[in-house]
Formats: sequence, C-alpha cells, structure tokens
Amino acid sequence: MTATASETRTPRTYRTHSQPAWRRMLLTREMAVIALLVIVIAVALAVVPNFDSPLTVTYLLRDVAPILLIALPMTLIIITEEIDLSVASIVGLTSVLTGILTEAGWPFPAAAGTAILVGAVAGTINGFLITVVGLPSLAVTIGTLALFRGIAVGLLGTTAITEFPEFWTDLAKDNIPGTPIPGIMIPFVVLAIAFAVLLHFTPFGRSLYAIGLNKEAAAFSGIDVGRTKFLLFLMSGTVSGFAGVYFTLLYSNARGDNAIGMELSVIAAVLLGGVSIFGGRGALHGVIAGVLLIGTLGSALRLAGVTSDIINVITGVLLVLSVVSASLLAWIRRRRISAIGKRKGRSATSADSP
Amino acid sequence: MFSHDRKRRPLGVGITALAVGAALALSGCATGGGGATDGGDGDNLAITFLPKNLGNPYFDTSNAGGEEAIEEFGGTYSEVGPSEASPTSQVTFIQTAAQQGVGGLVVSANDPEAICDALNEARDAGVKVVTFDSDTNPECRDLFINQATAEGIAKVQVDLIAEQIGDAGQIAILSASANATNQNAWIEMMEEDLAANHPNIELVETVYGDDDDQTSFDKTAALLQTYPELKGIISPTTVGIAAAARYLSTSEYKGKVALTGLGTPNQMREYVEDGTVTSFALWNPADLGYLAAYATKALIEGEITGEEGDTFEAGKLGDYEVGADASVLLGDPFVFDADNIGDFDF
Repeated sequence: MTATASETRTPRTYRTHSQPAWRRMLLTREMAVIALLVIVIAVALAVVPNFDSPLTVTYLLRDVAPILLIALPMTLIIITEEIDLSVASIVGLTSVLTGILTEAGWPFPAAAGTAILVGAVAGTINGFLITVVGLPSLAVTIGTLALFRGIAVGLLGTTAITEFPEFWTDLAKDNIPGTPIPGIMIPFVVLAIAFAVLLHFTPFGRSLYAIGLNKEAAAFSGIDVGRTKFLLFLMSGTVSGFAGVYFTLLYSNARGDNAIGMELSVIAAVLLGGVSIFGGRGALHGVIAGVLLIGTLGSALRLAGVTSDIINVITGVLLVLSVVSASLLAWIRRRRISAIGKRKGRSATSADSP
Repeated sequence: MFSHDRKRRPLGVGITALAVGAALALSGCATGGGGATDGGDGDNLAITFLPKNLGNPYFDTSNAGGEEAIEEFGGTYSEVGPSEASPTSQVTFIQTAAQQGVGGLVVSANDPEAICDALNEARDAGVKVVTFDSDTNPECRDLFINQATAEGIAKVQVDLIAEQIGDAGQIAILSASANATNQNAWIEMMEEDLAANHPNIELVETVYGDDDDQTSFDKTAALLQTYPELKGIISPTTVGIAAAARYLSTSEYKGKVALTGLGTPNQMREYVEDGTVTSFALWNPADLGYLAAYATKALIEGEITGEEGDTFEAGKLGDYEVGADASVLLGDPFVFDADNIGDFDF
C-alpha cells in the first residue's frame, strides 16, 4: 500500500514556501526592529553630541541589563500566551534578601545564592498556582506582584542596606577589560544563547509555539502543557532573582521598592521585539533588539536634552504604532488576498479555463 | 477588523522607523549646540541642575535661583530630572551629564547611596558634583550646600512660638510620620531647647499626621478638643502646617491658638493674609540654588577644593566658607510673615 503510493506520487505543483528565502529571512518583524535600532544608532551618532563616547555603550548596556535578562524568560512565557507580571517584585524581594543576608554576616556568594533560590521559589509559587491550581497567569501574577513586593517592603521597611563587599560591586560594574562593554554582558550572552537554543532548536521550544497557538491541540499532540508552563515560570523567577542580585550590586542598594514598575518595561520591550501578546509568535533576536531599541532611544534623547516625559511619550507612541501597524497591515493584506481571489474567480468563469 | 496577526509584517515598523529617526534628528538639531563645552577661556561653566523630580515648585524656585547665578557669571544652565522621585531614577541623568562632559552637576539626592557610584563615575570623568537640599554620603560629592542646620531649624520654630504665645502656656507638635528622621531630630532638639530656655512653655503632646492632609487635619481637631488650654501648635512639616492652618482658619480657635512651623509661601499665603498664622519658617530655595551655582563655579575654576576653611564669593549673597564634611551652610532659616510673603512663589 505504501509502496504503490510512493510509485504513483505526482510531482508537487506548489512551491515549498509562499515567499522566496531572502524575503523570509529579511522581511520579518524582527529584522524590522533590528533595522530600526540601526537607524536610531546611525542618526544618533550623526546628530547627537557625545553619543559616540565609549561611556554611552557602558551606561546603556549596564542599565538595560536587568531588562535584557528578564526579557529572555518573559519571551518564552508570552509565546505560550501567558504573562508574568511579578518579575519586578521578585527583583525587589531578592534585592532585599541579598541585603539582609549580607548585613547578617553571610558571605556574599551564599547570600546571593539564597536570594536566587528564593527567586526560584517565587517562580515555583507562580507556576504552581497557574498550572496545578489552574488559575489564569494574569490574575495570579498580579496577586504575587503585590505579595512579593509587600514582603520585600515589609522585611526592610523604608530603610536601605547599602554596604556590600567592594569586590562584588566592582564586579557588577566593571567592564570587560579593554572594552567599553560591561561584564554583566557575559552572563547575559551565555543565558541568551541558552534561551535561543531552547526556544528555536529544541522540541521543548517548538512546543511553546504550539501551546501559544492552540493549547488543546498541543495537549492532544502529547505536549505536557502544565509541566512546560511550570518550568517557564520557574525560569522566570530564577532569572529575576539573578537580576535582583545584579540590580542590588549595580546601585549598591537593597530596598523594598527597587525596580518598581520594571515588569512593564520588560513586557513593552518584548512586544516591541515582535512577540505576539496572543501567543505563538516571536523570536529572541527581535526581543533583544527591542530592549536595546528602547534603551538606545532613551539614551540618545536624554543626551539631546529631551525631557523624560517626552521620552516616555515617544517610547509609548513607538510601541502603539508597532502593534497597530502589525494589525493594520494584516487587515490590508487579507483584503488584498481576498480581492485577488475574487478577480481570479471572475477570470476563471469568464475566460476559457485551461 | 484589527484581529491579531501571526504573519510577518515589516512595512509598518519601517514607517515607524522613519518617524522616529526624523524625531531624533530634529531634536538632535534643535539642541545640538547646547551640549558640552563652553569653550573660550578654558573653564567649562556648563552646569546642570538635577532636582529630585521635575514639576516640583520647590525645585522650580531653587533652580531659577541657580539659573540667575549662572547667567550672572556667564555659564550655561540646563535642568534635567526624572518625572518621579524614586531612588535610582536619577542615575541615568547623572550618566548623561558625564557623557555630555558638563563642568558641574548640582544634585538633590533622592537616595544618599543609590546614586553614589554614578556620581563618583561622573567625578572621574571630570564633572564637579555639588549636592543641595538633600545630601549623599560625603565621599560621593565635592560639596554639599546645606539649607539649614537641624539646630537652626529647631531653634527658629521654638523662638517663633515663644514670641507668639508670650513665652508661657501649653503647646503641641504636629509632626509627619512617627519614624520621619528629620522631624524626629528636630523635635528632640526643640524639646531640649524648651526645657533649657523656656521653662514656662509645656509641651503636652506630639501627634503624627503622617504627612497626609486629612490625617493632619483630624489630628489638629483632636488636639484642640483634648487640650482646651492649648496656646500654640508647631508643625515642622509643610503638609502638617497647611492642614492645621486650614482647620484653625474655619474654627473658633482662629487667632487664639498660634500656629507656626515649616511651610511654603504658596500653601500658607491665604492663612497669613487672614490672620490665622503670624509667621512661619523655611529657607529660601532661590538663595539655595543661587549659592549652589556659585559654589559649583568656584569648584570648576579651582578657587576652592572642598577643604574646610576654603572661602568663595557668591554674588549678591556675599562670602561663604566651607565647613566640616565639605559642606556650606546657607544661613539661618528664613522667616516668612505678612510683610514679605508676597515676594515668593513656590
């Protein structure tokens, strides 16, 4: 039966892909964000005084590093059509814990390790409530956003812990020797490669897209949806914990209100980077470009003397435009395709069909 | 109609790219000249003011004083700042100033430690750092312009209330929150001053309005109910004094119970004019900004280094001397009353 089928197989009459390879590679949302980033950098280099100094690169990368780090697991979570709003509160909580444990005389690596572990536990709590109890991630993480932040502020009150071993604060701030690139980029690049491989080159990663596009179909094709999501929230908590330790060292400052509101910066950058909030679509290189785009634009505008309110307005407009344009162009495209379909339909009935 | 798409859509982002590029180019062109070097005779007198947050009348006034001074000595003034006063929000602006290579940076710190490293990096890049209003740790800046000492603030309030109630009778204090560091330090000194120099004044209670208008209003009402013999209230916080004045001005106690403390002219103008409040104290933020600008100039020109005993001249304010911990004291607190309140808008 299979033998006869293969013998009588006719040559395929349609193309493997609807568009040629170069279009599929270059004309993507991700490449558009990267192009936009390049344009912003080029324009800033040309017209903004002092943008070309090495300090710009150092400061820019150092300040966006926590957002870059957290954006990695956040991308995976949003691709599965979930969300984690508690990341910034986990940063605050782990920052406070790092401070309290260091002050209590723990060696710094032990304090930092414990804080990251607590980040993982916080992620586990999110994951448990979402996958085992079955609550929506939006509701759960709004709750844990308040909960973790409340614990952080409750542990330390309005005071701050500012004494940290100089070796570690220097390590967090120092550049890679001989370059203007801060050292935090090394763990970031390692994590970024790990997440990129996980998302784009493993069955686990492919299953995330399947879950995001259709949870039921994914479950019926043998994907353990609950376990997958649980792992994602665990990763998110752990990476946020690491970002919390870094944040603490970067500003030599453990406070309950550290990184307040950062979850929105992270999500904004992830969406700008081309990840669909409806799940099932997105790529890591776009997200990294999205974070860098928002950071670079802010840095260039500040150097040009634009006030922070205007920078917020420009960033907001950029985000809205990128989301609206995607929807608007999809609508135009559908109209065009249906118009072509109608024309073809008319010509088929009027002229002699082959 | 705009359902979400899962197709790849480059064109819209391309259009956005053009718009953003154009915006950046325009803003870059508009401000391109105002950046770093002042050129000319060598000293870079570009001075940037970084308040706790923008849109705050107090800092608008202090920075206007700074701008006036900078115009007098021919420097370049600019003002940047975050929209909200969070601990780390000033860091990016400090970094930007360092990148721009300004000569001096005048900062009111949201957090004594969080901006420390950024300030030190700016100093390594050649920027002179002066703090005013709120200090950082002393090792993070070249100079601190102190608006008033705690002793001065405590003393002026005790003197004002003693004068207004005839140096005898019951008084109460309406403070901010129970753990407010500044207020508690002042209250402690006021208690010592009262015990030592005003034996006929009895401090009956200190209540806390939590720097909340309604709570402060209610606490004032409760104080007056509890102590019918009360002759005066000191409120060493701007929120508290305004709320207490609002209560007094509409109550039977208006003009009978004295009220003083720390307030701002705009909040208190109405109550000074209607006779509820005779006088209150604060420093003059315009002078504070003015002095900070001249001190920054003196640092940039190498006239002072922040050593104790260094002296410099600050325009209309006269000569100043650097004190301990590289700080400069503006002077005694400023007393606002019906005669001078019309001169201020903050």
